[in-house]
Amino acid sequence: MRSLLFLFLIIGSVLLTFSAWADSLSVTSIAPGVYVHFGKQEDAFPFNRGDIANLGFIVGDNSVAVIDTGSSPYLGDQLKRAVRSVTNLPIRYVINTHVHPDHVLGDVSFVGTDTVFVGNARLSAALQARGPYYMNALPRTVGEDDAKGAQVIAPTLSVQDETTLDLGGRKIVLKSWPTAHTDNDLTVWDAATQTLFASDLLFVNRIPVLDGNLSGWLSDLEGMAAIPAKLVVPGHGPLVTEWPQGLSDQRRYLTVLRDDVRAVIAHHGTMEQAMDSACLGEKDKWLLFGLYNRRNVSAAFAELEWE
Amino acid sequence: MGSRCLLLLAALALWSCGVCTSVARAAEAGDLTRWNEIRPLIFGAAEIENGEGIIALDAPTRAEDAAVVPISIVALAPQSPDRFIAKVSLVIDENPAPLVAVFHLTPLNGSATLSTRVRVNDYTNIRAIAQMSDGKLVMVSRYMKAAGGCSAPASKDQQAALARLGKMKMIPPERVMSGQPSVFHLLISHPNNSGLQFDQMSRNYIPAHYIKLIQITFDGQPVLTVEPNISISEDPSFHFAWVTDHSGTFEVKAVDSRDTVFTGSFPVTVAPGS
Repeated sequence: MRSLLFLFLIIGSVLLTFSAWADSLSVTSIAPGVYVHFGKQEDAFPFNRGDIANLGFIVGDNSVAVIDTGSSPYLGDQLKRAVRSVTNLPIRYVINTHVHPDHVLGDVSFVGTDTVFVGNARLSAALQARGPYYMNALPRTVGEDDAKGAQVIAPTLSVQDETTLDLGGRKIVLKSWPTAHTDNDLTVWDAATQTLFASDLLFVNRIPVLDGNLSGWLSDLEGMAAIPAKLVVPGHGPLVTEWPQGLSDQRRYLTVLRDDVRAVIAHHGTMEQAMDSACLGEKDKWLLFGLYNRRNVSAAFAELEWE
Repeated sequence: MGSRCLLLLAALALWSCGVCTSVARAAEAGDLTRWNEIRPLIFGAAEIENGEGIIALDAPTRAEDAAVVPISIVALAPQSPDRFIAKVSLVIDENPAPLVAVFHLTPLNGSATLSTRVRVNDYTNIRAIAQMSDGKLVMVSRYMKAAGGCSAPASKDQQAALARLGKMKMIPPERVMSGQPSVFHLLISHPNNSGLQFDQMSRNYIPAHYIKLIQITFDGQPVLTVEPNISISEDPSFHFAWVTDHSGTFEVKAVDSRDTVFTGSFPVTVAPGS
Protein backbone atom coordinates (compact mmCIF):
# COMPACT_ATOMS: atom_id res chain seq x y z
CA MET A 1 0.00 0.00 0.00
CA ARG A 2 2.79 2.39 0.96
CA SER A 3 4.73 1.66 -2.24
CA LEU A 4 1.54 2.16 -4.24
CA LEU A 5 1.08 5.56 -2.64
CA PHE A 6 4.70 6.40 -3.44
CA LEU A 7 4.13 5.39 -7.07
CA PHE A 8 1.12 7.65 -7.30
CA LEU A 9 3.09 10.47 -5.75
CA ILE A 10 5.61 10.16 -8.56
CA ILE A 11 2.91 9.91 -11.22
CA GLY A 12 1.18 12.88 -9.66
CA SER A 13 4.31 15.00 -9.72
CA VAL A 14 5.01 14.07 -13.35
CA LEU A 15 1.44 14.94 -14.33
CA LEU A 16 1.59 18.23 -12.49
CA THR A 17 4.90 19.18 -14.08
CA PHE A 18 3.53 18.23 -17.48
CA SER A 19 0.35 20.20 -16.97
CA ALA A 20 2.40 23.23 -15.92
CA TRP A 21 4.21 23.16 -19.23
CA ALA A 22 1.43 22.20 -21.56
CA ASP A 23 -1.57 24.07 -20.23
CA SER A 24 -2.86 27.38 -21.28
CA LEU A 25 -5.47 29.32 -19.36
CA SER A 26 -9.03 28.30 -20.07
CA VAL A 27 -10.69 31.05 -22.07
CA THR A 28 -14.29 31.52 -23.13
CA SER A 29 -15.32 33.27 -26.32
CA ILE A 30 -18.06 35.56 -25.04
CA ALA A 31 -18.60 37.35 -28.39
CA PRO A 32 -16.95 37.16 -31.84
CA GLY A 33 -13.24 37.84 -31.32
CA VAL A 34 -13.64 38.54 -27.59
CA TYR A 35 -12.13 36.05 -25.12
CA VAL A 36 -12.17 35.98 -21.33
CA HIS A 37 -10.47 33.90 -18.68
CA PHE A 38 -12.57 33.98 -15.53
CA GLY A 39 -10.36 33.91 -12.41
CA LYS A 40 -11.34 32.23 -9.18
CA GLN A 41 -13.32 34.20 -6.60
CA GLU A 42 -10.54 33.88 -4.04
CA ASP A 43 -7.66 35.85 -2.59
CA ALA A 44 -4.26 35.14 -4.18
CA PHE A 45 -2.34 32.24 -2.63
CA PRO A 46 0.26 29.77 -3.90
CA PHE A 47 -2.39 27.01 -4.01
CA ASN A 48 -4.47 28.91 -6.57
CA ARG A 49 -1.36 30.39 -8.23
CA GLY A 50 -2.87 33.85 -7.91
CA ASP A 51 -5.38 33.00 -10.63
CA ILE A 52 -8.05 35.32 -9.23
CA ALA A 53 -8.70 38.11 -11.74
CA ASN A 54 -10.57 38.07 -15.03
CA LEU A 55 -8.19 38.42 -18.00
CA GLY A 56 -9.11 38.81 -21.64
CA PHE A 57 -8.15 39.60 -25.19
CA ILE A 58 -9.75 41.05 -28.28
CA VAL A 59 -8.75 39.93 -31.79
CA GLY A 60 -8.92 42.33 -34.75
CA ASP A 61 -8.02 41.78 -38.43
CA ASN A 62 -4.33 42.54 -37.94
CA SER A 63 -3.55 42.55 -34.22
CA VAL A 64 -4.57 41.51 -30.74
CA ALA A 65 -5.08 43.54 -27.55
CA VAL A 66 -4.62 41.73 -24.25
CA ILE A 67 -6.52 43.10 -21.25
CA ASP A 68 -4.66 42.41 -17.98
CA THR A 69 -2.05 39.71 -17.58
CA GLY A 70 -2.54 38.04 -14.20
CA SER A 71 -0.59 37.77 -10.94
CA SER A 72 2.69 36.31 -12.22
CA PRO A 73 4.89 35.56 -15.23
CA TYR A 74 3.51 32.03 -14.98
CA LEU A 75 -0.05 33.26 -15.59
CA GLY A 76 1.20 35.71 -18.23
CA ASP A 77 2.80 32.81 -20.13
CA GLN A 78 -0.39 30.79 -19.82
CA LEU A 79 -2.47 33.67 -21.12
CA LYS A 80 -0.10 34.16 -24.04
CA ARG A 81 -0.49 30.47 -24.91
CA ALA A 82 -4.25 30.89 -24.76
CA VAL A 83 -3.99 33.74 -27.28
CA ARG A 84 -1.79 31.59 -29.50
CA SER A 85 -4.33 28.77 -29.40
CA VAL A 86 -6.77 31.18 -31.06
CA THR A 87 -4.67 33.34 -33.40
CA ASN A 88 -1.14 33.96 -34.65
CA LEU A 89 -1.70 37.71 -35.14
CA PRO A 90 0.77 39.93 -33.28
CA ILE A 91 -0.13 40.99 -29.74
CA ARG A 92 0.24 44.74 -30.36
CA TYR A 93 -1.30 46.07 -27.14
CA VAL A 94 -1.17 45.00 -23.51
CA ILE A 95 -3.73 47.02 -21.59
CA ASN A 96 -3.43 47.22 -17.80
CA THR A 97 -6.74 48.24 -16.26
CA HIS A 98 -5.06 49.38 -13.00
CA VAL A 99 -2.04 48.93 -10.74
CA HIS A 100 -3.06 45.87 -8.70
CA PRO A 101 -0.67 42.90 -8.86
CA ASP A 102 -3.28 40.34 -9.95
CA HIS A 103 -3.75 42.42 -13.13
CA VAL A 104 -0.20 43.50 -14.07
CA LEU A 105 2.48 41.08 -12.87
CA GLY A 106 2.13 38.83 -15.93
CA ASP A 107 3.11 41.76 -18.18
CA VAL A 108 6.70 40.59 -18.57
CA SER A 109 5.50 37.60 -20.61
CA PHE A 110 4.39 39.98 -23.38
CA VAL A 111 7.45 42.22 -23.64
CA GLY A 112 8.52 42.52 -27.27
CA THR A 113 9.85 45.18 -29.62
CA ASP A 114 6.40 46.01 -31.00
CA THR A 115 4.32 45.62 -27.85
CA VAL A 116 2.69 48.77 -26.55
CA PHE A 117 1.82 48.76 -22.83
CA VAL A 118 -1.24 50.91 -22.22
CA GLY A 119 -2.64 52.35 -19.01
CA ASN A 120 -4.38 55.23 -17.29
CA ALA A 121 -2.16 58.35 -17.23
CA ARG A 122 -1.81 57.87 -13.44
CA LEU A 123 -0.78 54.21 -13.71
CA SER A 124 2.92 54.96 -14.04
CA ALA A 125 3.11 56.86 -10.73
CA ALA A 126 1.08 54.19 -8.96
CA LEU A 127 3.38 51.43 -10.27
CA GLN A 128 6.40 53.36 -8.99
CA ALA A 129 4.87 53.78 -5.56
CA ARG A 130 3.58 50.24 -5.19
CA GLY A 131 5.66 48.07 -7.54
CA PRO A 132 8.56 47.35 -5.15
CA TYR A 133 6.14 46.41 -2.40
CA TYR A 134 4.15 44.06 -4.66
CA MET A 135 7.37 42.45 -5.92
CA ASN A 136 8.48 41.84 -2.33
CA ALA A 137 5.15 40.20 -1.44
CA LEU A 138 4.88 38.15 -4.66
CA PRO A 139 6.69 34.95 -3.52
CA ARG A 140 4.28 34.88 -0.59
CA THR A 141 1.17 35.36 -2.72
CA VAL A 142 1.89 33.11 -5.72
CA GLY A 143 4.82 30.96 -4.56
CA GLU A 144 8.53 31.39 -5.25
CA ASP A 145 8.57 29.51 -8.57
CA ASP A 146 5.69 31.40 -10.15
CA ALA A 147 7.13 34.71 -8.96
CA LYS A 148 10.44 34.17 -10.75
CA GLY A 149 11.22 36.72 -13.45
CA ALA A 150 8.41 39.09 -12.49
CA GLN A 151 8.94 42.72 -13.44
CA VAL A 152 6.97 45.92 -13.21
CA ILE A 153 6.55 47.17 -16.78
CA ALA A 154 6.04 50.92 -17.20
CA PRO A 155 3.25 51.91 -19.60
CA THR A 156 4.41 53.25 -22.96
CA LEU A 157 1.04 54.70 -23.94
CA SER A 158 -0.88 56.77 -21.40
CA VAL A 159 -4.61 57.40 -21.59
CA GLN A 160 -5.55 60.86 -20.25
CA ASP A 161 -9.25 60.71 -21.00
CA GLU A 162 -10.11 58.46 -23.93
CA THR A 163 -7.97 56.74 -26.57
CA THR A 164 -9.10 54.62 -29.50
CA LEU A 165 -6.94 51.68 -30.62
CA ASP A 166 -7.37 50.14 -34.08
CA LEU A 167 -6.85 46.37 -34.15
CA GLY A 168 -7.67 46.26 -37.89
CA GLY A 169 -11.35 46.50 -38.80
CA ARG A 170 -12.07 46.75 -35.11
CA LYS A 171 -11.77 49.78 -32.85
CA ILE A 172 -11.64 49.62 -29.10
CA VAL A 173 -12.10 52.65 -26.86
CA LEU A 174 -10.05 52.98 -23.69
CA LYS A 175 -11.34 55.30 -21.00
CA SER A 176 -9.57 56.56 -17.85
CA TRP A 177 -11.95 57.25 -14.96
CA PRO A 178 -11.81 59.68 -12.04
CA THR A 179 -10.38 57.98 -8.91
CA ALA A 180 -12.64 55.14 -7.75
CA HIS A 181 -11.43 51.55 -7.12
CA THR A 182 -7.90 52.99 -7.56
CA ASP A 183 -6.60 56.32 -8.88
CA ASN A 184 -5.75 54.64 -12.20
CA ASP A 185 -8.82 52.70 -13.36
CA LEU A 186 -9.31 52.15 -17.10
CA THR A 187 -12.12 50.43 -19.01
CA VAL A 188 -12.14 48.93 -22.50
CA TRP A 189 -15.13 49.20 -24.84
CA ASP A 190 -15.45 46.98 -27.89
CA ALA A 191 -18.01 48.79 -30.02
CA ALA A 192 -18.43 45.93 -32.51
CA THR A 193 -19.92 43.60 -29.89
CA GLN A 194 -20.99 46.21 -27.32
CA THR A 195 -18.77 44.54 -24.77
CA LEU A 196 -17.41 46.51 -21.80
CA PHE A 197 -14.34 45.32 -19.89
CA ALA A 198 -15.23 47.12 -16.67
CA SER A 199 -11.90 46.50 -14.88
CA ASP A 200 -12.16 46.42 -11.08
CA LEU A 201 -14.67 49.25 -11.28
CA LEU A 202 -17.06 46.29 -11.14
CA PHE A 203 -17.00 43.35 -8.74
CA VAL A 204 -19.74 40.72 -9.02
CA ASN A 205 -20.49 38.40 -6.05
CA ARG A 206 -17.03 39.11 -4.59
CA ILE A 207 -16.90 42.07 -2.19
CA PRO A 208 -15.60 45.23 -3.93
CA VAL A 209 -12.21 46.46 -2.68
CA LEU A 210 -11.84 50.19 -2.05
CA ASP A 211 -8.30 51.37 -2.76
CA GLY A 212 -9.07 54.78 -4.28
CA ASN A 213 -12.00 57.05 -3.54
CA LEU A 214 -15.48 55.99 -2.42
CA SER A 215 -17.37 59.08 -3.53
CA GLY A 216 -15.55 58.95 -6.86
CA TRP A 217 -16.52 55.32 -7.32
CA LEU A 218 -20.22 55.98 -6.66
CA SER A 219 -20.11 58.77 -9.20
CA ASP A 220 -18.22 56.66 -11.79
CA LEU A 221 -20.92 53.99 -11.47
CA GLU A 222 -23.47 56.46 -12.83
CA GLY A 223 -21.25 57.03 -15.87
CA MET A 224 -20.82 53.31 -16.36
CA ALA A 225 -24.55 52.67 -16.05
CA ALA A 226 -25.09 54.94 -19.06
CA ILE A 227 -22.95 52.76 -21.35
CA PRO A 228 -25.20 50.76 -23.72
CA ALA A 229 -23.45 47.47 -22.99
CA LYS A 230 -24.78 44.06 -23.96
CA LEU A 231 -21.99 42.23 -22.17
CA VAL A 232 -19.92 43.42 -19.23
CA VAL A 233 -16.80 41.64 -17.99
CA PRO A 234 -16.18 42.55 -14.34
CA GLY A 235 -12.66 42.55 -12.91
CA HIS A 236 -13.79 39.74 -10.62
CA GLY A 237 -16.87 37.55 -11.04
CA PRO A 238 -19.04 36.08 -13.79
CA LEU A 239 -20.09 37.72 -17.06
CA VAL A 240 -22.88 40.28 -16.74
CA THR A 241 -25.59 40.21 -19.42
CA GLU A 242 -28.13 42.59 -17.86
CA TRP A 243 -26.88 46.16 -17.82
CA PRO A 244 -27.02 48.41 -15.86
CA GLN A 245 -28.85 46.08 -13.43
CA GLY A 246 -25.56 44.19 -13.06
CA LEU A 247 -24.03 46.96 -11.01
CA SER A 248 -26.86 47.48 -8.54
CA ASP A 249 -25.49 45.13 -5.82
CA GLN A 250 -22.16 46.90 -5.86
CA ARG A 251 -23.82 50.32 -5.78
CA ARG A 252 -25.84 49.20 -2.75
CA TYR A 253 -22.76 47.98 -0.86
CA LEU A 254 -20.78 51.15 -1.57
CA THR A 255 -23.74 53.32 -0.54
CA VAL A 256 -24.16 51.43 2.76
CA LEU A 257 -20.41 51.75 3.33
CA ARG A 258 -20.56 55.51 2.81
CA ASP A 259 -23.65 56.01 4.97
CA ASP A 260 -22.47 53.78 7.86
CA VAL A 261 -19.03 55.39 7.99
CA ARG A 262 -20.48 58.90 7.79
CA ALA A 263 -22.73 58.07 10.76
CA VAL A 264 -19.76 57.01 12.90
CA ILE A 265 -17.82 60.13 11.95
CA ALA A 266 -20.82 62.33 12.75
CA HIS A 267 -20.80 60.92 16.30
CA HIS A 268 -17.05 61.58 16.69
CA GLY A 269 -16.38 57.83 16.60
CA THR A 270 -13.01 56.31 15.74
CA MET A 271 -11.84 54.35 12.72
CA GLU A 272 -11.72 51.18 14.84
CA GLN A 273 -15.33 51.68 15.96
CA ALA A 274 -16.37 52.06 12.33
CA MET A 275 -14.40 48.94 11.35
CA ASP A 276 -16.27 46.94 13.99
CA SER A 277 -19.73 48.15 13.03
CA ALA A 278 -20.10 49.30 9.41
CA CYS A 279 -21.82 47.22 6.69
CA LEU A 280 -22.52 44.21 8.89
CA GLY A 281 -25.88 43.79 7.12
CA GLU A 282 -23.94 43.07 3.93
CA LYS A 283 -22.01 40.16 5.47
CA ASP A 284 -23.88 37.29 3.84
CA LYS A 285 -24.22 38.97 0.47
CA TRP A 286 -20.56 38.86 -0.59
CA LEU A 287 -17.71 36.41 -1.00
CA LEU A 288 -14.54 37.34 0.98
CA PHE A 289 -16.50 39.80 3.15
CA GLY A 290 -14.39 38.87 6.19
CA LEU A 291 -11.14 39.61 4.38
CA TYR A 292 -12.04 42.99 2.94
CA ASN A 293 -14.92 44.74 4.68
CA ARG A 294 -12.86 46.10 7.59
CA ARG A 295 -10.23 47.29 5.17
CA ASN A 296 -12.86 49.03 3.03
CA VAL A 297 -14.21 50.74 6.14
CA SER A 298 -10.77 52.03 7.15
CA ALA A 299 -10.19 53.38 3.65
CA ALA A 300 -13.64 55.00 3.55
CA PHE A 301 -13.12 56.48 7.00
CA ALA A 302 -9.77 58.06 6.09
CA GLU A 303 -11.45 59.62 3.05
CA LEU A 304 -14.78 60.72 4.50
CA GLU A 305 -13.38 62.38 7.62
CA TRP A 306 -12.15 65.16 5.28
CA GLU A 307 -15.65 65.87 3.86
CA MET B 1 -9.37 3.56 -2.03
CA GLY B 2 -9.64 4.01 -5.79
CA SER B 3 -6.62 4.97 -7.84
CA ARG B 4 -8.17 8.27 -8.78
CA CYS B 5 -8.59 9.09 -5.14
CA LEU B 6 -4.94 8.27 -4.48
CA LEU B 7 -3.86 10.45 -7.34
CA LEU B 8 -5.84 13.31 -5.88
CA LEU B 9 -4.17 12.67 -2.55
CA ALA B 10 -0.77 12.72 -4.21
CA ALA B 11 -1.57 15.94 -5.98
CA LEU B 12 -2.80 17.44 -2.74
CA ALA B 13 0.41 16.44 -0.94
CA LEU B 14 2.44 18.10 -3.66
CA TRP B 15 0.38 21.25 -3.58
CA SER B 16 0.72 21.58 0.16
CA CYS B 17 4.48 20.95 -0.13
CA GLY B 18 4.63 23.79 -2.59
CA VAL B 19 2.81 26.02 -0.14
CA CYS B 20 5.20 25.07 2.69
CA THR B 21 8.38 25.72 0.73
CA SER B 22 7.28 29.09 -0.55
CA VAL B 23 7.95 30.70 2.80
CA ALA B 24 8.34 34.43 2.45
CA ARG B 25 11.50 36.15 3.64
CA ALA B 26 9.56 38.15 6.19
CA ALA B 27 10.19 38.18 9.92
CA GLU B 28 8.45 35.50 11.92
CA ALA B 29 7.00 35.93 15.39
CA GLY B 30 9.83 36.18 17.91
CA ASP B 31 12.43 37.09 15.27
CA LEU B 32 14.74 39.61 16.95
CA THR B 33 17.28 40.14 14.13
CA ARG B 34 16.07 43.58 13.16
CA TRP B 35 15.33 44.71 16.72
CA ASN B 36 18.87 43.83 17.79
CA GLU B 37 20.14 46.18 15.05
CA ILE B 38 17.72 49.03 15.80
CA ARG B 39 17.74 48.96 19.60
CA PRO B 40 21.27 50.32 20.25
CA LEU B 41 20.72 53.06 17.66
CA ILE B 42 17.65 54.37 19.48
CA PHE B 43 18.24 53.50 23.12
CA GLY B 44 21.98 52.89 23.39
CA ALA B 45 22.84 50.44 26.15
CA ALA B 46 19.93 51.46 28.43
CA GLU B 47 18.07 48.60 30.03
CA ILE B 48 14.49 48.08 28.86
CA GLU B 49 12.13 46.31 31.23
CA ASN B 50 8.90 44.45 30.53
CA GLY B 51 6.12 47.02 30.29
CA GLU B 52 3.14 44.72 30.92
CA GLY B 53 0.84 46.25 33.48
CA ILE B 54 2.08 49.76 32.63
CA ILE B 55 1.24 50.06 28.94
CA ALA B 56 -0.52 47.91 26.33
CA LEU B 57 -0.44 47.93 22.56
CA ASP B 58 -3.79 47.76 20.83
CA ALA B 59 -3.20 46.68 17.22
CA PRO B 60 -4.75 44.18 14.82
CA THR B 61 -3.02 40.81 14.41
CA ARG B 62 -3.12 41.36 10.67
CA ALA B 63 -2.91 44.76 8.97
CA GLU B 64 -6.16 45.24 7.05
CA ASP B 65 -4.73 47.95 4.82
CA ALA B 66 -0.94 48.32 4.69
CA ALA B 67 -1.29 52.09 4.24
CA VAL B 68 -3.60 52.80 7.18
CA VAL B 69 -3.33 50.59 10.26
CA PRO B 70 -4.94 52.14 13.36
CA ILE B 71 -3.00 51.40 16.56
CA SER B 72 -3.22 52.59 20.17
CA ILE B 73 -0.70 52.72 22.96
CA VAL B 74 -2.83 52.35 26.05
CA ALA B 75 -1.57 53.68 29.40
CA LEU B 76 -2.83 51.46 32.22
CA ALA B 77 -2.28 54.03 35.00
CA PRO B 78 -3.19 57.74 35.02
CA GLN B 79 -0.53 60.43 34.59
CA SER B 80 0.30 61.88 37.99
CA PRO B 81 2.91 64.54 38.83
CA ASP B 82 5.06 62.09 40.82
CA ARG B 83 4.87 59.24 38.30
CA PHE B 84 4.00 59.66 34.64
CA ILE B 85 4.97 58.52 31.17
CA ALA B 86 7.27 61.21 29.76
CA LYS B 87 7.98 59.79 26.35
CA VAL B 88 6.68 56.99 24.13
CA SER B 89 8.61 55.58 21.17
CA LEU B 90 6.75 53.53 18.58
CA VAL B 91 8.83 51.04 16.58
CA ILE B 92 7.89 48.83 13.62
CA ASP B 93 10.92 46.55 13.21
CA GLU B 94 10.62 45.65 9.52
CA ASN B 95 9.59 49.04 8.14
CA PRO B 96 12.17 51.01 6.10
CA ALA B 97 12.02 53.68 8.82
CA PRO B 98 11.46 51.60 11.98
CA LEU B 99 11.25 54.44 14.53
CA VAL B 100 7.72 55.48 13.58
CA ALA B 101 7.28 58.34 16.05
CA VAL B 102 8.39 59.68 19.42
CA PHE B 103 5.69 61.27 21.60
CA HIS B 104 6.55 63.66 24.45
CA LEU B 105 3.88 63.89 27.17
CA THR B 106 3.29 65.74 30.43
CA PRO B 107 1.45 64.95 33.71
CA LEU B 108 -1.32 67.29 32.52
CA ASN B 109 -2.36 64.84 29.81
CA GLY B 110 -4.21 62.95 32.53
CA SER B 111 -3.78 59.79 30.50
CA ALA B 112 -0.82 58.88 28.29
CA THR B 113 -3.02 56.82 25.96
CA LEU B 114 -2.27 57.68 22.32
CA SER B 115 -3.63 56.50 18.97
CA THR B 116 -2.26 56.94 15.48
CA ARG B 117 -2.32 55.27 12.05
CA VAL B 118 0.74 53.67 10.55
CA ARG B 119 2.06 52.03 7.41
CA VAL B 120 3.04 48.38 7.83
CA ASN B 121 5.34 47.10 5.09
CA ASP B 122 5.82 43.48 6.05
CA TYR B 123 5.30 40.79 8.66
CA THR B 124 6.80 42.51 11.68
CA ASN B 125 7.11 43.05 15.39
CA ILE B 126 5.63 46.32 16.55
CA ARG B 127 6.76 47.87 19.85
CA ALA B 128 5.92 50.68 22.23
CA ILE B 129 8.68 51.79 24.57
CA ALA B 130 7.68 54.16 27.36
CA GLN B 131 10.15 56.29 29.27
CA MET B 132 8.82 56.87 32.77
CA SER B 133 9.31 60.13 34.67
CA ASP B 134 12.16 58.50 36.65
CA GLY B 135 13.94 57.66 33.37
CA LYS B 136 13.15 53.94 33.43
CA LEU B 137 12.33 52.34 30.04
CA VAL B 138 9.57 49.74 29.65
CA MET B 139 8.39 47.96 26.52
CA VAL B 140 5.47 45.95 25.17
CA SER B 141 5.45 44.37 21.71
CA ARG B 142 3.17 42.49 19.34
CA TYR B 143 3.64 40.59 16.15
CA MET B 144 1.63 41.74 13.15
CA LYS B 145 1.08 40.12 9.78
CA ALA B 146 1.28 42.27 6.67
CA ALA B 147 -1.86 43.09 4.72
CA GLY B 148 -2.73 40.67 1.95
CA GLY B 149 -3.92 41.12 -1.60
CA CYS B 150 -3.52 44.36 -3.44
CA SER B 151 -2.95 46.56 -0.40
CA ALA B 152 0.25 48.64 -0.33
CA PRO B 153 1.71 51.18 2.10
CA ALA B 154 1.28 53.93 -0.51
CA SER B 155 -1.15 56.70 -1.35
CA LYS B 156 -4.59 55.81 -2.67
CA ASP B 157 -5.14 59.09 -4.45
CA GLN B 158 -1.89 60.97 -4.98
CA GLN B 159 -3.56 64.06 -6.46
CA ALA B 160 -6.15 64.42 -3.71
CA ALA B 161 -3.45 64.07 -1.04
CA LEU B 162 -1.51 67.01 -2.44
CA ALA B 163 -4.62 69.09 -3.17
CA ARG B 164 -5.56 69.44 0.51
CA LEU B 165 -1.96 69.64 1.81
CA GLY B 166 -1.70 71.34 5.19
CA LYS B 167 -5.40 71.34 6.11
CA MET B 168 -5.84 70.64 9.80
CA LYS B 169 -8.69 69.47 12.04
CA MET B 170 -9.06 69.07 15.79
CA ILE B 171 -12.08 66.97 16.71
CA PRO B 172 -13.10 67.30 20.38
CA PRO B 173 -15.16 64.71 22.27
CA GLU B 174 -18.91 65.41 22.29
CA ARG B 175 -18.51 66.91 25.80
CA VAL B 176 -15.29 68.21 27.37
CA MET B 177 -15.70 67.58 31.11
CA SER B 178 -13.92 69.88 33.56
CA GLY B 179 -10.94 68.29 35.33
CA GLN B 180 -11.21 64.93 33.53
CA PRO B 181 -9.08 63.53 30.70
CA SER B 182 -10.78 64.24 27.35
CA VAL B 183 -9.61 62.60 24.13
CA PHE B 184 -8.97 64.96 21.21
CA HIS B 185 -8.31 63.93 17.61
CA LEU B 186 -5.79 65.88 15.53
CA LEU B 187 -5.71 65.35 11.76
CA ILE B 188 -3.23 67.00 9.41
CA SER B 189 -3.65 66.52 5.67
CA HIS B 190 -0.28 65.69 4.20
CA PRO B 191 0.91 63.02 1.70
CA ASN B 192 3.64 61.93 4.14
CA ASN B 193 5.53 60.42 1.20
CA SER B 194 8.23 57.90 1.92
CA GLY B 195 10.75 59.06 -0.67
CA LEU B 196 11.36 55.40 -1.46
CA GLN B 197 9.76 55.64 -4.89
CA PHE B 198 11.95 55.59 -7.96
CA ASP B 199 11.03 57.94 -10.78
CA GLN B 200 11.79 56.06 -13.98
CA MET B 201 11.74 59.22 -16.09
CA SER B 202 14.30 61.21 -14.08
CA ARG B 203 16.19 58.10 -12.84
CA ASN B 204 16.07 59.58 -9.35
CA TYR B 205 14.29 58.82 -6.13
CA ILE B 206 11.35 61.14 -5.52
CA PRO B 207 12.39 63.14 -2.43
CA ALA B 208 10.65 62.26 0.81
CA HIS B 209 7.94 64.70 1.86
CA TYR B 210 6.65 64.11 5.37
CA ILE B 211 5.73 65.78 8.65
CA LYS B 212 8.76 65.77 10.97
CA LEU B 213 7.52 67.73 13.99
CA ILE B 214 4.18 68.53 15.62
CA GLN B 215 3.85 70.76 18.70
CA ILE B 216 0.53 71.17 20.48
CA THR B 217 -0.03 73.71 23.26
CA PHE B 218 -3.10 74.75 25.26
CA ASP B 219 -3.12 78.43 26.25
CA GLY B 220 0.67 78.34 25.96
CA GLN B 221 1.16 75.15 28.01
CA PRO B 222 2.86 72.19 26.27
CA VAL B 223 0.37 69.38 25.59
CA LEU B 224 2.08 66.97 23.21
CA THR B 225 5.11 67.03 20.96
CA VAL B 226 5.40 64.38 18.24
CA GLU B 227 8.45 63.57 16.12
CA PRO B 228 6.94 61.39 13.38
CA ASN B 229 8.42 60.01 10.16
CA ILE B 230 7.41 58.29 6.92
CA SER B 231 5.93 55.25 8.69
CA ILE B 232 3.00 57.40 9.81
CA SER B 233 0.09 57.10 7.33
CA GLU B 234 -0.86 59.75 4.82
CA ASP B 235 -2.91 62.48 6.54
CA PRO B 236 -1.28 61.94 9.96
CA SER B 237 -3.82 61.29 12.70
CA PHE B 238 -3.28 61.42 16.48
CA HIS B 239 -5.61 60.91 19.42
CA PHE B 240 -4.34 62.28 22.74
CA ALA B 241 -5.75 63.14 26.15
CA TRP B 242 -5.84 66.49 27.93
CA VAL B 243 -7.25 67.73 31.23
CA THR B 244 -8.51 71.26 31.67
CA ASP B 245 -10.87 72.98 34.10
CA HIS B 246 -11.38 75.99 31.83
CA SER B 247 -12.14 76.75 28.21
CA GLY B 248 -9.13 77.72 26.13
CA THR B 249 -7.37 77.23 22.81
CA PHE B 250 -5.15 74.54 21.33
CA GLU B 251 -2.41 75.88 19.07
CA VAL B 252 -0.91 73.34 16.66
CA LYS B 253 2.31 73.82 14.73
CA ALA B 254 3.47 71.19 12.25
CA VAL B 255 6.70 71.30 10.25
CA ASP B 256 7.38 69.08 7.25
CA SER B 257 10.62 67.84 5.70
CA ARG B 258 10.69 70.87 3.36
CA ASP B 259 10.48 73.12 6.45
CA THR B 260 7.00 74.24 5.46
CA VAL B 261 5.12 75.23 8.63
CA PHE B 262 1.40 74.55 9.07
CA THR B 263 -0.53 76.02 11.95
CA GLY B 264 -4.00 75.66 13.41
CA SER B 265 -5.91 77.22 16.28
CA PHE B 266 -8.75 75.32 17.95
CA PRO B 267 -10.90 76.74 20.77
CA VAL B 268 -12.15 74.26 23.37
CA THR B 269 -15.25 74.86 25.45
CA VAL B 270 -15.59 73.04 28.75
CA ALA B 271 -19.14 71.71 29.21
CA PRO B 272 -21.06 74.05 31.53
CA GLY B 273 -21.75 72.67 34.99
CA SER B 274 -19.35 69.78 34.46
